[in-house]
Amino acid sequence: MSFDLLKWYKKSTEGKILYSFLGSVTEDIITSILDKVEVVLKAENTDTKTFKKTYHISVEALQNLYHHSDSPNKKGNTIENNVVFIIKKNEDPEKTNYQLNIITGNFINKSNTRLLKERIDQLNFLNKEEIKTLYKLILNNDEFSEKGGGGLGMIDLVKRSGNNLTYNFYNFNSNYIFFTLRIAI
Amino acid sequence: MESIRIEKTRKTPDITFNAETGILQIEGKSIPENSIEFYKPLVDWLEEYGKTPKETTEVNIKLEYFNTSSSKCILDVFKKLETIYKENNKVIINWYYEEDDEDMLEAGEDYQSILKIPFKMIEMEE
Repeated sequence: MSFDLLKWYKKSTEGKILYSFLGSVTEDIITSILDKVEVVLKAENTDTKTFKKTYHISVEALQNLYHHSDSPNKKGNTIENNVVFIIKKNEDPEKTNYQLNIITGNFINKSNTRLLKERIDQLNFLNKEEIKTLYKLILNNDEFSEKGGGGLGMIDLVKRSGNNLTYNFYNFNSNYIFFTLRIAI
Repeated sequence: MESIRIEKTRKTPDITFNAETGILQIEGKSIPENSIEFYKPLVDWLEEYGKTPKETTEVNIKLEYFNTSSSKCILDVFKKLETIYKENNKVIINWYYEEDDEDMLEAGEDYQSILKIPFKMIEMEE
């Protein structure tokens, strides 16, 4: 059965939602999402440390969505242009040791799935010191991808959150996969 | 040589590169989608400045947030400063971070470990 984005979005936005977005992103939209993130975190009286972490991770997660979503036509109003960005509060912080979840979703080409999966599995496998070493290696490698990224987006999410990334790939059609990522903060 | 003065925006920091005094300052948020476009003029300026630098070059970095693509560009800025330093000029780098912002302190330490140039870590009280 093919993936139903609206159904998934509806299910993912159940519970204590601080912020949620479904749509296509431009640079300006990212700016306005980040403004709203600041407002909701302040309204929640988030402590400074969690506030900074969440803001940083939001920046990186949104820019990952902006740079790495694959869609047939970036400007077109097709479903594949949609990305999801959600900040959810943990309803039971006593039981599970985190305060917030950031959930993102975007369409990617089926052919990119394996590489992405291997990359996340590798990051999840590394310990804190190894993540730090890898981060510095990539920081210092002088390479920028054609998309303008420095290759540090995904690793930064692990480094800053201090937690493993949870992901899923949903089959959408013969060309596209919907990729979801959950970052616990 | 002309100085550089760029006002901050919601995604880019306030820049003052003063060619007369040798005081360079980067302050605010650095989270643009296209960091190379923002930082290239600064790196080019340093290349030129490095030909006849002031006796002392003082660099003040007061970043509130920066994204990973900026982090590579900031390293390029530091590498230009490192070249000036290696040519026996005095270069002082002051890395400011807010009280308890361990991530920002760690980011400064990461740069310090990559570069052969001394950093001064300065904690700012909130």
